[in-house]
Amino acid sequence: MAPILQLHGLKAFYGQSEVVHGIDLAVEEGGMTVLLGANGAGKTTTLRAICGMVRVEGEIVFAGKRLERRATEDIAGLGVAHVPEGRGTFVGLTVEENLRLGGYTRLREAPTNIERMYGYFPILAQRRRQQGGALSGGEQQMLAIARALMMQPRLLVLDEPSFGLAPRVVEDIFKIVERIKKEERVSVLLVEQNANLALELADHAYLLETGYVVASGSAKALADDPQIRRAYLGY
Amino acid sequence: MHEFLQQVFSGLAAGSVYASVALALVMIYRSTDLVNFAQGEMAMFSTYIAWTLVNAGLPFWGAFALTLAVSFAGGMLIERVIIRPVENAPVLAAVIVTIGLLLIVNSVAGWIYTYTVQDFPSPFPDRPLLHALITTRDLGVIAVTLIMLVLLFLFFRYTSTGLAMRAAAQNPTSARLCGIRVGHMLAIGWGLAAAIGATAGIMVAPVLFLDPNMMSGVLLYAFAGALLGGITSPVGAVVGGLIVGVTENLVGTYLIASQLKLTVALALIILVLVFKPNGLFGTAIVRRV
Amino acid sequence: MDKSSAAIARTPLGTERFGFATAGTGRWAFAILAIVIAAALPFALSKYHVFELTLVMIYAIAVLGLNILTGYNGQISLGHGGFFAAGAYTAAILMHRYGVPYWATLPAAGFVGFVLGVLFGLPALRFEGPYLALVTLAMALATPQLLKYFDTWTGGQQGINLVKPVPPAGLGLNQDRWLYLIALVALLLAIRVAANMLNGRTGRAWVAIRDHPIAAAAMGIDTARYKTLAFGTSTLFTAVAGALSAIAIGYVSPESYSLFLSISFLVGAAVGGISTIGGAIVGGFFIQFVPNFANDISDAAPWAIYGLAMLVCMYTMPHGVVGSIKPWLARLAQWTGAHRKRKDGGNSP
Repeated sequence: MAPILQLHGLKAFYGQSEVVHGIDLAVEEGGMTVLLGANGAGKTTTLRAICGMVRVEGEIVFAGKRLERRATEDIAGLGVAHVPEGRGTFVGLTVEENLRLGGYTRLREAPTNIERMYGYFPILAQRRRQQGGALSGGEQQMLAIARALMMQPRLLVLDEPSFGLAPRVVEDIFKIVERIKKEERVSVLLVEQNANLALELADHAYLLETGYVVASGSAKALADDPQIRRAYLGY
Repeated sequence: MHEFLQQVFSGLAAGSVYASVALALVMIYRSTDLVNFAQGEMAMFSTYIAWTLVNAGLPFWGAFALTLAVSFAGGMLIERVIIRPVENAPVLAAVIVTIGLLLIVNSVAGWIYTYTVQDFPSPFPDRPLLHALITTRDLGVIAVTLIMLVLLFLFFRYTSTGLAMRAAAQNPTSARLCGIRVGHMLAIGWGLAAAIGATAGIMVAPVLFLDPNMMSGVLLYAFAGALLGGITSPVGAVVGGLIVGVTENLVGTYLIASQLKLTVALALIILVLVFKPNGLFGTAIVRRV
Repeated sequence: MDKSSAAIARTPLGTERFGFATAGTGRWAFAILAIVIAAALPFALSKYHVFELTLVMIYAIAVLGLNILTGYNGQISLGHGGFFAAGAYTAAILMHRYGVPYWATLPAAGFVGFVLGVLFGLPALRFEGPYLALVTLAMALATPQLLKYFDTWTGGQQGINLVKPVPPAGLGLNQDRWLYLIALVALLLAIRVAANMLNGRTGRAWVAIRDHPIAAAAMGIDTARYKTLAFGTSTLFTAVAGALSAIAIGYVSPESYSLFLSISFLVGAAVGGISTIGGAIVGGFFIQFVPNFANDISDAAPWAIYGLAMLVCMYTMPHGVVGSIKPWLARLAQWTGAHRKRKDGGNSP
C-alpha cells in the first residue's frame, strides 16, 4: 500500500530555532504509525508542521499533494484531521456545537456523522447540550476525536491522547481508536509518550530524539528491541 | 412620574441606538481583540449613503436595505484591506489604525457631503402614543433594533456560518483545524458590525440631524455602554447601551443639562465600573501563569 | 548606568536602552554631537522655525511621560491632554495671579502633575485595557469642560494671557532662542531622568508588571505601588511639558486641551515607538509637523491625510520608528563589538 503521508527531509522551526532536523517519515494508508520520544523530542512540532502551524523546510506529501505552503484550514479541508495537544475543545460551546464545527467541511453528511459519533461515544450523546468546558478530561478527549472524525478525514493525527488522563480512561480511549481505525478506514498518525500502549496498537513506529529520527521499523520490532525497551518501555 | 416615564422611554430609544453600536463594538472586540474607534464614523458614512439614495428617489426601506448591503461589503473590505496588515502587530498599532480610519472617514465625509447639517427622513411618523408616554418614532426605533437583535441571535445560534464565527472568535486555532477560514470570519464580522452601525445611524439621524460629526457622541456612549455591560458580552452590550441611554436622558433632565451632562453620565458609569471592573455581564479574564 | 543591566533589561521589543545601542564611547560621542547641533540650531533658523522646534521638544517631554506609562508599564492613557492642561494652568495661574517667576512654575507643575497622577493612578489600578481607556478618555473629555466651569480660577472660556519670559541680559539671546534653550535643557533633563529610572530597578519592575503581572507579584514586586508610581511619574513629565507650553505660547485656554490633544500624544508616542525614549522625540516632530503638512497637501480634507499618515506609519513600522530601528542598531552593535574583539585579541584582522 502506498503511504498516505510522507515527510522528506522535514525541518521545523520555532522562530529562528530549528527543532526538527530533516526527518523522513511515512504513514501507510489504512495503517497506524506512532511517533515516540521523550519530552522535547520534536513530536508535537512534527505534527504541527504537517498541519501548517509552524515554519518548515523540506517536503510534506499527503495523498499526492504538497502541504508545505498551505494554510492550516486548507490542509484540514484536504482531509487531514488534527486532534491537538490539549484537546483544543471549544469550551464556550456545547458538545453538539463542537461536533457541528468538526463537520464544517462536510455539512451535508453532518447530521448522519453526529449520530455515528454518538454511537462511538455514548457519553457525548448524554452530554450533548453541555458546554465543552464542563466535560472531564477523558470526555473532552473523546469529543476532540469525534470532532476530528466528523470531517471524514483520510488521515487522523492524534497528539498525545493519553495526556493527563487516568490509566483506565486511557485504555478506553485507545480501544475506541483501535475500533475507529478498523471501521472508519482512516490512517492514523499517533504521537504518544505512553510507549507501551502505543506500540501494541500501531503498525509502524518512529523514535524521535531531540529532533532526529533515531529508530524506525515495525511496531513489534521496536517493542522487542532491548535498548528501546530499557529506555522507553521501562523494562 | 409621567415625565419620568417619558424620559425613560425616550431614553430607551436613544439607548437602542447606543446598544446597536455597542453590539457592533463587542462583536469586533470578541473576534479581533480590538476596539474599533472608527465604528461611529463608518455608521455616519453609511447614513450619508442612505441619505443620497433617498434623495435620488428610492423609497425609504429600499434605501435602507441597499445601504445595509453596501455597508456590509464596505465593512468586509475595511477588515481585509485596512485592518489585516496590523492583525499580527502590537495592539496599539491596530488602535492607531482605527483612529486613523476615524479621521479619514470623517474628513472624506466632510469633503464629499460638506459640513452643512442636513435633515434625514424618518420612516416613522412622530406622534405621541399611550398618553404621550412614548412617540411612534421612538417605538419604531426600538422595534427596528429589536428585530435586528433577534435576527442576529438566530444567525449566530442556528446557522453554520454563525457557529463558525463564534468558534473563530473563541479559539481561532481550533477553528482552523476544523477547516474554518478564520480570516473570512473576521471579515464577515466586520461586515455585520458595519451593517449594525448603519442601522443605528439611520435610526438616529432624524433626531440628531445628519452631519459628519453626528456619531461622535453616540460612539462615546456606545463605548461606555459596551464596557458597562462587559466588553466580551453581546447581551451586556445591549443592556449597557440601554442603561446608558436612559441614564443620559435622566441626568440631562434632572441633574445637569448641556455640556456637563456627558461628564456626569460618564462619571456615573465609571462609578459602577469601580465596583464591577469587568462590567455587569463581563467575565474576569482568567490568566494562567 | 551599569552595563550588565543591558542584558537583563531585554524585552520582546528589543533593548530598553536609550535609542543608541552602540557601546561605550560611541554612544557618548553621538549624544554630545546631537546636543551640540541642537544647541546651535536656533542660531541658524528663523524665529518661527525656532518656535516650532521649541514646541517639538515640549511635546517630546509630554510624549515621554506617556511612553513611561503606556509603553513601559502597559497602562493605556487616552487622557494625557488633561495632565498637560493641569501643568499649563498651574503655571498660568501661578504666574498670572501670584506673580511667580516662570522658572519656578516648572517644579510646581511637576508636583501638581505627580499628585494628580497618583490620585488618578490609585483607582486606575482596578482597570485594565479598554476599561482603563474609557476612564482616561472620560478625563480627557471632562478637562475642557471643567476648565470652563471653574472660571474664576481659569479665566473660563477666554483663558489667561501671559507675559513671555525675558531672556537674561548680556547673553545676546532673543526671546525665542531663550525659550528654545529652556525647552532643550528641560528635554535633556527629562531624558536623563527617564533613562535612569527605566534602566534601573524601577524600570525593570514596570516592564515586569507590564509583561507578566502575576509572575512579578509572585516575585515580590509591589504591583500597586509601582503602577501608581508609573502614573505619577508619567503625569509629572507631561505636566511639566504643559507648563513649558504655557510659558512658550503665552496663552492658555480650554479649547487647546481637547480630546484631540490626548489622542495626538498617543499617536505621536505610537509612531515614535511607545516603549522607547528616543521615540518621544520622533513623536514630538510628528505632532507638530504632520498636521501642518497635511494642511499643505489638502485643503479640503487635511485630517484624511493625517489619518493616512498614521496608517502608513503603523503598516510600515508597527513598533514605531525607533522601535523598528532598535533591532537593527543592536545588530550593528553586535557586529561592531565582535569586529572590535577580533581586532584586539585575535590573530586575524
